[in-house]
Amino acid sequence: MALNHKRKVMAAAGIAALSLTTAACGSSSTNDPAAQASADTTDYSDWCSMKSELTGKTVSIYTSIVTPEDASHKASYKAFEDCTGVKINYEGDKDFEKNLPQRAQSGNLPDVAFIPQPGLLQTMVDTGKAIPASKTVGDEVDKYFGADWRKYGSVDGTLYAAPLGANVKSFVWYSPKTFKAKGYTVPTTWDELMSLTAKIAADDPGAKPWCAGFGSGVATGWVGTDWVEDVLLRTAGPEVYDQWVNHEIKFNDPKVADALAKVGAILKDPKYTNGGFGAPSTIATTTFQDGGQPILKNKCYMHRQASFYASNWPKGTKVAEDGDVWAFYLPSVDASSKPFLGGGEFVATFRDAPEVKAFAAFLASPDWANAKAKATTNGGWVSANKGLDVKNLVSPIDQKSAEILQDPKAVFRFDGSDMMPSAVGAGTFWSQMTNWVKGQDDKTTLDNIEQSWPAN
Amino acid sequence: MFATSVATITAAGTASKLGTMVLGLAVFAVVFVGILLFASLFKGRVGEKVQAVAFVGPTLLFISIALIYPAILTIRRAFYDGKFFDLNFGSLRSRGKFVGFENFQLLWTTPGLPEVFRNTVFWVVLVPFLATAFGLLYATLIDRARGEAAAKALIFLPMAISMVGATLIWKFVYFYNGDPGSNQTGLLNAIITKLGMDPVDFVGNAPGNTFALIAIMIWIQAGFAMTVLSAAIKAIPDEIIEAAKLDGVSGLKMFRFVTLPSIRSSVIVVLTTIAIATLKAFDIVQASSGGKLGDSVLANEFYNRSFVTQQPGLGAAIAIVIFLLVMPIIVFNVIQFRKDA
Amino acid sequence: MSTATPPPVSAAVAGVAVGEAAREDALPRKKRRRGSAAGNAAKSVTSPWASVIAIVMALAWTTPTFGLLVTSFRNQADIQETGWWQALSTPFTLSNYSAVLSGAEGQPPLTDFIVNSFVIAIPAVMLPLFLASLAAYAFAWIDFPFRNLLFVAVFALQIVPLQIALLPLVTMYQNIGIGGTYWSLWLSHSAFALPLAVFLLHNFMKEIPASLLEAARVDGAGHVRIFFQVLLPLITPALASFGIFQFLWVWNDLLVAITMLGGNAGNGSNAPLTMVLNNISGTLGNRWYLLSAAAFISIAVPVVVFLSLQRYFVRGLLAGGTKG
Repeated sequence: MALNHKRKVMAAAGIAALSLTTAACGSSSTNDPAAQASADTTDYSDWCSMKSELTGKTVSIYTSIVTPEDASHKASYKAFEDCTGVKINYEGDKDFEKNLPQRAQSGNLPDVAFIPQPGLLQTMVDTGKAIPASKTVGDEVDKYFGADWRKYGSVDGTLYAAPLGANVKSFVWYSPKTFKAKGYTVPTTWDELMSLTAKIAADDPGAKPWCAGFGSGVATGWVGTDWVEDVLLRTAGPEVYDQWVNHEIKFNDPKVADALAKVGAILKDPKYTNGGFGAPSTIATTTFQDGGQPILKNKCYMHRQASFYASNWPKGTKVAEDGDVWAFYLPSVDASSKPFLGGGEFVATFRDAPEVKAFAAFLASPDWANAKAKATTNGGWVSANKGLDVKNLVSPIDQKSAEILQDPKAVFRFDGSDMMPSAVGAGTFWSQMTNWVKGQDDKTTLDNIEQSWPAN
Repeated sequence: MFATSVATITAAGTASKLGTMVLGLAVFAVVFVGILLFASLFKGRVGEKVQAVAFVGPTLLFISIALIYPAILTIRRAFYDGKFFDLNFGSLRSRGKFVGFENFQLLWTTPGLPEVFRNTVFWVVLVPFLATAFGLLYATLIDRARGEAAAKALIFLPMAISMVGATLIWKFVYFYNGDPGSNQTGLLNAIITKLGMDPVDFVGNAPGNTFALIAIMIWIQAGFAMTVLSAAIKAIPDEIIEAAKLDGVSGLKMFRFVTLPSIRSSVIVVLTTIAIATLKAFDIVQASSGGKLGDSVLANEFYNRSFVTQQPGLGAAIAIVIFLLVMPIIVFNVIQFRKDA
Repeated sequence: MSTATPPPVSAAVAGVAVGEAAREDALPRKKRRRGSAAGNAAKSVTSPWASVIAIVMALAWTTPTFGLLVTSFRNQADIQETGWWQALSTPFTLSNYSAVLSGAEGQPPLTDFIVNSFVIAIPAVMLPLFLASLAAYAFAWIDFPFRNLLFVAVFALQIVPLQIALLPLVTMYQNIGIGGTYWSLWLSHSAFALPLAVFLLHNFMKEIPASLLEAARVDGAGHVRIFFQVLLPLITPALASFGIFQFLWVWNDLLVAITMLGGNAGNGSNAPLTMVLNNISGTLGNRWYLLSAAAFISIAVPVVVFLSLQRYFVRGLLAGGTKG
């Protein structure tokens, strides 16, 4: 009985969505883009009081987050479901990035999608199917997120998607135990980092200071792009970084070449990499999941990878400042600036209905961020939402990340390859970095990427 | 309480799903039996035509909608610069602007594409011949042997494994650890180091990695060749075998002069099918590195450009090139039909 | 070159008692003949060398898979430390299987999805098998205009990658109201299977001696009757082999299912097993070691199907034309 009922609701929702998209298609030619971009000003901030209007409705969400990470997501919607009577239908798909634009094309869109790349958000807005955020969501974003985050969720100045989760990429994983035993201290400037690297290489011939892995199936190479972005952000500063991402300076600008050379001084030096795996060229085939594991075997001392790498350590590994593994901030040129590279997801909506807008407002609120933090009992999740109480996060690395994300003085920049055109950001940037680590020289690498930048 | 109610819901769900399946099968059966009964009412020359339409019509209808129509869209797409993968003759937004042969020119100017062509040639030559040879050899050797079914299942096994599983399986064969003195967890490198040689990075270095990936494809496709050719061998009339035996033919001679000629058309069919499947195959390359280690093939580039890097026009141009590469195979088959007819 | 040897069947089987083959119950005859033929042939083919080669090949083909089987019973840390052939020195565990079968919190039981996979696969095998054998029959034995041209076109269409066809199909299914249902999967899988199925079955159909069909025609049978009564029983091995492959492709399919069903692998959905297994390694793939267990759970069904269809891989009726 219950199942039949659910089916009917879903079918109804499907038909509604279909007729809506057809309508949108039919009128898009005559629609004034400015009018289309204007936000819904209805107040959705008190979703619980809308129960009479919303109860019995269904909202479908489509994400790249699958088991087991999806369980805490589903649990975090419970408060919303209970007080509005809305049913949330969750779909997780590992091929999300590829499938979402296809679903937009075939008119089979979900109500809500968690988009992990600003570039993909732009694509979805280009399809004409994304709906601008309501005023309530805009207010929540202004109140609880930094202006930079609002920008990443906007296309041409219109806010489409509020930020959801976040991650911090500028971390170097290491073993506090080993560092202590050897008398090493955590470096705070780039020079200190390089001298520590040289020292480790000299001290321990049986291991290497760094280990890395670019391998990630179709996405092989993304780890390399993160390295370049992180270093460019440090050597050239956030303004140049933004120009580079927007192609206002060329991809093969001397400043970028300088950053790539600095990355190469670590990754391509056979004395420094690839601890536990062999020569530097093995970085190309080592999977990113395996990349940092030699730290546990004392074959490698440092591994630059995002906060989410915490979940890659085997069961029983203690992730803490005094534990088996911990992460330090990838040092800047000097201690005066502290830029961070990171990533996150954004909540795009595709159906103009009160239950969808109310749900989007809920997801942008601290209520949800804290509910999600409490539901994530194993750690591995943070948000840039300033209303998130850090104490609700269970894992120390999440707490550290959240503090960085909420620090008003921290300079945060979004992963550049996620914002570049896909032909570069998911194409040549990945493949050329893979070639580069296998031995291709700096100049050819940057020239090839520059050449592939789409003309318009 | 809760558990039982969940169980009943699940049971009800299962029953209704099976019901849908039976209904589906019944609908298909009724429709096609209806068409055939109707067609069989006609006699003579008209009947011959009506029956031909009834027999071939449904297949042609399915193929036209599901394959020919999208193929036409793809050909058109190759001449446009749209960002999206279009689905119909729709709007300019999805189509982009007409760019003539620009997408085809990109085939020659994009770095790395020449080696993609080279790799594709290796694939399409080696996989069909070796997979068919292994499949045929095995099918012949175990024909009528004790435990034939189980023996065939062993070669067939790779076909039954999902791509995700196959990737993992070969990771444990090819895995390379370049750290001196470390324990090799890849089977081949463990053997190589046991013999006192240095380990080899099988999937890391071009052009050797292409052959490592080709071996996986052969491993999978040999099961296909073996199964089809085994069915063909079993269709050889006993008379032929027995007559040959009376003439004192046996062993290799029997294979060369009796078995092989008798299943010649099946061998061609298998070669053709595997060659086409090989030209289309991209998942092995995708799972390895997405073709970023100098091991890409045309099908992989088609897939990446169409769906990952938002260059569907270039993807379509590559699809057309793949089709052109199939032409010789098709022509060869046409010649064979003529011969047989 | 090969014209020196007689074309497969026609000449040799010219003397076959055709009407008999079509009408009589074939089973006892088949059994009798199979026994004697197998006995004779076994001696000639099974030389020691042949056995050695077959065993070497079987070992080469199964060892990689066996490695994964061993791996599926090992802990993550052991998998990364030592090769699977060193597994005896490390403990075995069922934890990968229990993790896959019980799933993480909130994950529905796998049995639901196994049912879905069957519900998708059975019609998606039957329909193209039936349609393709009809078309293959017509291409082989009915004379109609443009027959050869159409046949070449159909088999050439094997090259069309299904990726380009999926989106237009989804749109069509949405428009006629079967989007996201089993029907969309059945129809898609059938359409994609047809070119290869027609090509394979046509090859077997045209091998059948014309004398068999002519005799039936003389008896006054139309094409429909000849197809069901004469042809279908004769091409059983071919039907079984294509049926196995189509079953495998549908059973292991992920792409068509995700595109048609829209990624919904939740409780009560129509999702097949592959969609659930695809997500098992986790969002970032850090639970990749579970895939070994998942692969063996999903492989069990196709192997059972293969073994159970083996009994159709007997000498075809043709193979024993004359009486003992």
